[in-house]
Amino acid sequence: MEVLTKSSDRNLTIRLEGELDHHGAKKSMRELERAVESALPLSATLDFSGVTFMDSSGIAVVLRVLRRMRELGGTLKLTKVPPQAKKVFDAAGISQMLTIE
Amino acid sequence: MKAENYMNLEFLSKSSNESFARVAVAGFAAQLDPTLDEIGDIKTAVSEAVTNAIVHAYPDRLGKISIKTKIYEGKVLEIVVRDWGRGIENIEQARQPLFTTGGEERSGMGFTIMESFMDKLTVRSTPERGTTVTMRKKISVRLSDRL
Repeated sequence: MEVLTKSSDRNLTIRLEGELDHHGAKKSMRELERAVESALPLSATLDFSGVTFMDSSGIAVVLRVLRRMRELGGTLKLTKVPPQAKKVFDAAGISQMLTIE
Repeated sequence: MKAENYMNLEFLSKSSNESFARVAVAGFAAQLDPTLDEIGDIKTAVSEAVTNAIVHAYPDRLGKISIKTKIYEGKVLEIVVRDWGRGIENIEQARQPLFTTGGEERSGMGFTIMESFMDKLTVRSTPERGTTVTMRKKISVRLSDRL
């Protein structure tokens, strides 16, 4: 699991690459948190185009970022979510809690 | 009911085996000619069951996980994920959406996802003896099956 970040003017884009399972999430959670803490964004985007597989571990990761963004008074958006990951978000009922494109 | 085919796996409860486990089961299921969507469902459900065993059955040690996969008549796939770990005290509570003892790293959605991606889910557990999760899914009949 790779985490690639880009930020400017308190806009943060994080591109996730690889398999977002428990193994991948363990490794990437800290990097994601570090990216959010150093950018303190008002708008964050998680780009899922490089995610080849996701299970419920991905939900925990997204909810953690969402919670922090709400504390910062910012927004979180997910983009380019592949069908398999989208199905997991839908089954967990969290698609309504945030913007998924 | 007699199985038409089977495949058994056994591995150590290391998180690096999660990917291997779901890919192996999906590879075995490929002979049923599932759709991409069905392969995704199988991989996701296996991933959830195996992750539960890694995180909850053996929280502070490594242990054995086995997966027995069978194919029954009518394109029915059965996956049995078993561990010999700590067990679940209250299965009903564990199956509730959002319930977790795994802290912030876990969403508590594992069983909910297994239930929604497979046709049938059975959980048997004995504290300090281990847990067996049995999942079944009927793979859709496609035109190519009739040729």
